[in-house]
Amino acid sequence: MLGARKRVTLIPNEWSVGKLVTMTTTDAAEVPPPHTPDGLQEHFDATIARDQRVEPRDWMPDGYRKTLIRQIAQHAHSEIIGMQPEGEWITRAPSLRRKAILFAKVQDEAGHGLYLYSAAETLGADRDDLTQRLIEGRQKYSSIFNYPTLGFADVGVIGWFVDGAAICNQVPLCRSSYGPYARAMVRICKEESFHQRQGYELLMTMMRGTDAQREMVQDAVNRWWWPSLMMFGPPDDASPNSARSMAWKIKRHSNDELRRRFVDMTVPQAEKLGVTLPDPELRWNEESGHHDFGTPDWDELMRVIKGDGPCNDRRMERRRTAHEEGAWVREAATAHAAKQAARAEKGTAA
Amino acid sequence: MSDDHVYLTLAEGHEDDTRWAYGTGFEDPLHGVDTTVPEGVDAGALVAECVALADDALVSAQRLAEWVTRAPELEEEVALANIGLDLLGQARLLYSRAGQTDGTGRDEDAYAYLRDAGDFRNVRLAELPGGDFAFAVVRLLVLSSWRLAHFRRLRAHPDPVLAAVAAKGVKELTYHRQYAAEWCVRLGDGTDESHRRMRAALDRVAPYLGELHTAYDVRDEVADDLRQVTEAAGLPLPVHRPLPGSGRAGEHTEHLAPLLTELQGVARAHPGATW
Repeated sequence: MLGARKRVTLIPNEWSVGKLVTMTTTDAAEVPPPHTPDGLQEHFDATIARDQRVEPRDWMPDGYRKTLIRQIAQHAHSEIIGMQPEGEWITRAPSLRRKAILFAKVQDEAGHGLYLYSAAETLGADRDDLTQRLIEGRQKYSSIFNYPTLGFADVGVIGWFVDGAAICNQVPLCRSSYGPYARAMVRICKEESFHQRQGYELLMTMMRGTDAQREMVQDAVNRWWWPSLMMFGPPDDASPNSARSMAWKIKRHSNDELRRRFVDMTVPQAEKLGVTLPDPELRWNEESGHHDFGTPDWDELMRVIKGDGPCNDRRMERRRTAHEEGAWVREAATAHAAKQAARAEKGTAA
Repeated sequence: MSDDHVYLTLAEGHEDDTRWAYGTGFEDPLHGVDTTVPEGVDAGALVAECVALADDALVSAQRLAEWVTRAPELEEEVALANIGLDLLGQARLLYSRAGQTDGTGRDEDAYAYLRDAGDFRNVRLAELPGGDFAFAVVRLLVLSSWRLAHFRRLRAHPDPVLAAVAAKGVKELTYHRQYAAEWCVRLGDGTDESHRRMRAALDRVAPYLGELHTAYDVRDEVADDLRQVTEAAGLPLPVHRPLPGSGRAGEHTEHLAPLLTELQGVARAHPGATW
């Protein structure tokens, strides 16, 4: 950037105490001297106000950093735990084409987990530590993955609803104020939309099949609809962290706003598919220009979040077991790397 | 709001559905290849070759799929799935070729889902169950070394389709073998525990090595490959104690039938369904 001025300053914070942090600004006149806490805060506030990106080496308030680490880690954990409900069907997929599609999708989710853990690491978090927090139950993942997949139609409905809801939640995050998160979301959203399209296409194909297949699709729709609406989180008046996240432009739309948009978009898709969404209160409201719909069972959401969903124990157990059973492999890789380094050093010295 | 255009357009324009599926259209490895079986090619032998190689790939992919959500690290989740997907892609092309050649016109799914264990021609090493990560990488090393050597020769096969499948496969298998070799060295050299597990894995694999030979004799090449890796890993090359029988003749371990029950269960429960 022409005319950019680099300031090098010592910025103490929770993760990088005493590290050199470089700040780049384009217009020094607008920014107070960043040597004082007030100056740093003002610079940060101005960045947010101008819809510019906060980057890893910029100063940021501790609360912003903590909120982001929590949100990105939860998102990463959701990708990894989210591999399980569908992953169980890779070995059972009823055609080789569906097997390949599903295998690739679940692999993409592992990839998303990797980008997101990397984004969290730019904030000073550590992947091993975040994994530990997940398997000890100290950090959460999306409650949707605590529901079981009972048939192959569930794979399609997860693609349609769950990836669809994830896209509604995540597309606005491509404009999140934190640069690495926003950039990770661009790539993730592209892949999610591909998955969603594949899920819907599976359902279309099944609806053109046998009566039994149509019943499987409707049954899966009935079971996944309400949990999918819960993916947008509790209602706005019961969402304690939303307001601050919106002010910081980490989040761009409220839970209820995103939920309503999801319903509006899904209704015509359900009609085209020929399935019924299981909500007797669902109807178009000419006045508001949106659909009216029933209230999800928020008690159920709270129970599932607190660990009492149908599959919470199984999901955590699988993740914990994989991690523990892989410990000897990770230790061996570390030991080999250390031996290699020692051998290289010896070779150089000789 | 422009944010959601992807979701909004979901129900539109489904005439091009196939392009949304992995491995079904972006790059057709058989594009421009004449699929007529050339004169002078023994159709029976070609079918047998395609089915054996496809069965190896499908059964291996099924075992690799069992690692999903169970791998020791996320990078390994991605890598093992990638290898499984490559093999699944190879299996699909080879089954299709068998169906074009044997006069039945069967599609890939007829081969995968409607044959019983006795009809499968995969080597028994591919169907062995479970095992730890050491066994997974040792088996992968053996199978990918053999398959790579074999595919290199198949590139000159008189059947242009099999030759094209082999040419594509060589690139994939080079990566599979590299991945497996790197892990074998890491684990052989790493800790006492990993070294012990690698020796156990090599012992488990050894009796099945003899089954890995077909029209082209690649045994020496494969043995060289294994020797190189085991030397770098500080592991003894296992003593060869061949088991009688061969998966290539339809003789399998007790583990293939349950693998197929899982693979075929949903498809067989819905005759006449389309997926």
